[in-house]
Amino acid sequence: MEISWIHGLIGGLMIGAAAAIYLLVNGRIMGASGIAGSLMDGTAGSAFWERAAFVGGVIGVPALASLFMDMPATNVTSNIPLLIVAGVLVGLGTRLGSGCTSGHGVCGMSRLSVRSIVATCIYIGAGVLVIIAARSMGVL
Amino acid sequence: MRILTSLLCGGLFGAGLVVSGMTDTARVQGFLDLFGAWDPTLMFVMGGAIVPMFFAWRVAANREAAILGGPLPAPPSTTIDTRLALGGVLFGMGWGLSGFCPGPAFASLSFGGTGGLIFMVAMLASMFAARPIIGVFFRNA
Repeated sequence: MEISWIHGLIGGLMIGAAAAIYLLVNGRIMGASGIAGSLMDGTAGSAFWERAAFVGGVIGVPALASLFMDMPATNVTSNIPLLIVAGVLVGLGTRLGSGCTSGHGVCGMSRLSVRSIVATCIYIGAGVLVIIAARSMGVL
Repeated sequence: MRILTSLLCGGLFGAGLVVSGMTDTARVQGFLDLFGAWDPTLMFVMGGAIVPMFFAWRVAANREAAILGGPLPAPPSTTIDTRLALGGVLFGMGWGLSGFCPGPAFASLSFGGTGGLIFMVAMLASMFAARPIIGVFFRNA
């Protein structure tokens, strides 16, 4: 926790650099939920392989790294029903709201899109409230 | 070529998610736990990611096309409606409950154990089914 903000900042700059290259070189917005969602519901069209390659990179580089070094703990809950409910909510919510932390949060807010700033405030607010509720009910 | 640069961008994004600690669900939930042991890391990640993108958008504004050709994204939509708000609420709830959003869920697939895999299958199935479900309630789905 002591120096974690430095890792956060360095990792954040890497994420921002990836988004910047994707925008300027490929002409696309780097939103993880939009990319994954369009592959799942068939709306990717001619960009299918381009988007599949992006997902391949997101999975592949950490997978390669995990062969050679210890990866940080993910601390995923072992509560299976909770994981399923959360996955369904994230899938439906990002399709409904057209974005997630990378799309609205990074790419949208950096272009000063009011829509993305509003979306980001709403999902962070919902996350804060659900943590309070889940903690008080002993779910988390 | 577009496929190769896309793969490289995905790889850099995945590496950034691991380096920043965003594949750790406890860290994400710690950020959302405003009234508990608050963990500000996610704020630094988002701040760090927004800086290069802020300049990238300014460069993009002065260009006719992407470097590999093809159009640059259209100006952002300004529509703020119930669909956006409801999507944000549902996504925020799932994000808070699990500590996962789509990017980190993909990035941690190889080392996240069965928990990450279960989340991912549920998320992808929900994305697969989302369009017809949304179409029932929203006409412009």
